[in-house]
Amino acid sequence: MPKLSYLKALNRALGEEMERDPSVFVLGEDVNHAVTNVTAGLLDRFGPDRIVETPLSEQAVTNVATGAALWGRRPVVEFAIPFLLQLVLEQVVNQAHKFSVMSGGQARVPVTYLVASSGWRPGWGGQHSDQPHGLFVHSGVKTVMPTTPTDAYGLLLTAIRDDDPVVFIAPRVALDVREDVDYADLVPVPLGSARIHRTGHDVTVVAIGHHVHDALAVAEALADEVSVEVFDPRSLYPFDWAALAESLSRTGRLVVIDDANRSCGLAAEILATAAEEMPLTAPPKRITRPDGAVVGCNPDLDLALQPNRDQLATVIRQVMKR
Amino acid sequence: MDVLREPLYRTVRLIRRFEERAIELVRTGVIVGGIHPYIGQEAVAAGVCAALRDDDIVLSNHRNHGHALAKGSEPRRVMAELAGRITGIDNGRAGSLHISDYERGLYGATITVGHGAAIATGAAWAASRDGTDRVVASFIGDGAMNQGALLETMNLASLWRVPQLIIVENNLYATTQPVGASTAGSITGRAEAFGIPGRTVDGMDPEAVLEATTEAVQRARSGGGPSLLEFMTYRFDAHHTFEYRVRLRYRTQEEIDHWRERDPVVVQGSRIPDEAREHIDQEIEDVLADAVQFAQDSPKPDPADALEYLYATGLRPRPGVVS
Ligand SMILES: Cc1ncc(C[n+]2csc(CCOP(=O)(O)OP(=O)(O)O)c2C)c(N)n1
Ligand SMILES: [Mg+2]
Repeated sequence: MPKLSYLKALNRALGEEMERDPSVFVLGEDVNHAVTNVTAGLLDRFGPDRIVETPLSEQAVTNVATGAALWGRRPVVEFAIPFLLQLVLEQVVNQAHKFSVMSGGQARVPVTYLVASSGWRPGWGGQHSDQPHGLFVHSGVKTVMPTTPTDAYGLLLTAIRDDDPVVFIAPRVALDVREDVDYADLVPVPLGSARIHRTGHDVTVVAIGHHVHDALAVAEALADEVSVEVFDPRSLYPFDWAALAESLSRTGRLVVIDDANRSCGLAAEILATAAEEMPLTAPPKRITRPDGAVVGCNPDLDLALQPNRDQLATVIRQVMKR
Repeated sequence: MDVLREPLYRTVRLIRRFEERAIELVRTGVIVGGIHPYIGQEAVAAGVCAALRDDDIVLSNHRNHGHALAKGSEPRRVMAELAGRITGIDNGRAGSLHISDYERGLYGATITVGHGAAIATGAAWAASRDGTDRVVASFIGDGAMNQGALLETMNLASLWRVPQLIIVENNLYATTQPVGASTAGSITGRAEAFGIPGRTVDGMDPEAVLEATTEAVQRARSGGGPSLLEFMTYRFDAHHTFEYRVRLRYRTQEEIDHWRERDPVVVQGSRIPDEAREHIDQEIEDVLADAVQFAQDSPKPDPADALEYLYATGLRPRPGVVS
């Protein structure tokens, strides 16, 4: 079976969807030369009216995508780095997201905002390493963060086909993941559907983004002492609460690991919801970056600020003691 | 142009009286939250939209009622929208600030000043790349000229030669800020810096607005790219009706009186026979009496539907409290 990389999966999904639906096009910086690899080969295939190189004008370009979507197109706006999503927070949350309701259902804004690499970049300073997914989840913008090539493929198709704005965040660490796949098995993945990568009966670890791979490694390492279920939401908003409730009805114990700041983060929401609505036999725990953390200033310090496998193993043991 | 004399009068008069009736409804509490009255600026909406085709597109801003009426939205459904009624043009979800009417090509009114013009660039890009000859007119105020996204999008519009009209309603103030104190250089000079032809035109005369816009529309339709039209105008009323309660002294009575001498309703009314004018006036009174009645009599939305339309896909988010 061929090896599929995460970026190749994105490139494949995008190319196939552009082939299938002429309303799909890409807006972004350096997309002609495919600096991120996401648009590799697509300019030759589709030409400059489908792979649209933009100046460094993210706020206007994000609104341009909204306007083209209102016309009937399905734009994919590519951002190479996560802080650009913060730069266009207004254009996504206050413009694109609100057109449907403010028009009383007349308008649709099917835009995909694709961040091709998000999270910690060692040595890239304090401004390149944020994980902005929580901002969009909080705002009610559909948000996905797949962590395997097959899910990246399937969720990109779904994001493009969805009639609402969707933020698609690719965790940088997950870009290194490769999978043996049969191309025939590549299918759309619905929004709001979690994936259980490993079943277990003692504790559910909800792992966001690339931490899925950490959780799988820790689950394997602890296999003799505790049976860990690894739960990957994939779609952060809408979230598959039913699947989480089902998992917790079997394990009764919850640990969440999320490489994002602590206050008001997605991990907090998962804990709160589980505590309010789901059967827990022990108090849940979360592992996150500290409150307000700035990551990227110094590679040695950065590691102290991000969740890691040792912390996960420790917390799993703590939760098991209760 | 002559054949449009009466329709232009009809539009400016309709907008004027619509706004006056809406202000009454603000005072009586039927319209909650107030409005940004368009009174004084009617010639701009009337002249611009008269130069557009039905299938052309408009992006509007906070001062949008005149744009909607001039583009052909039904007065009773706009009034009902202002009053938050289910019969409103946006099912009561737009209020005064966000009127859209997709049947009339009005893609919405966005209040982040200047940003509607960038949305317009996207629609115009798609319109031209899909091989149509439709054009997109974006209305902004003088205050929007200092918004980064507007300057970004002037660059994009020019670079991509999109069929867009950037209509600047220069009413000399952004809330209380005089344009001269906030805007360095000139508005048309900024357009020219991006290679966009810019023209400053009398915005109190509907026919002057129509003439200038027609030229820009022709350029856009024939692939000549965007234009910026700066219409010199003035709002006779408050920035927003909240101003009735807080007296702000940012302009003099002399200045207001001076501009009132060039009232666009009078300017255009003087160009048509008295009989025609009286007939139009009466017709508009009837239309607006019906609109007000319709708005007042229409039901308000059901609170159970408060999350409707939030997602185009019909996704229903979790409620705020779980019992
Ligand atoms: C980006 C932004 N800043 C501030 C505001 C608050 N605001 C609403 S209308 C307005 C004045 C706008 O002036 P102008 O663009 O000249 O339009 P006018 O009100 O004169 O029609 C301001 C400051 C806003 N809506 N958007
Ligand atoms: Mg102004």
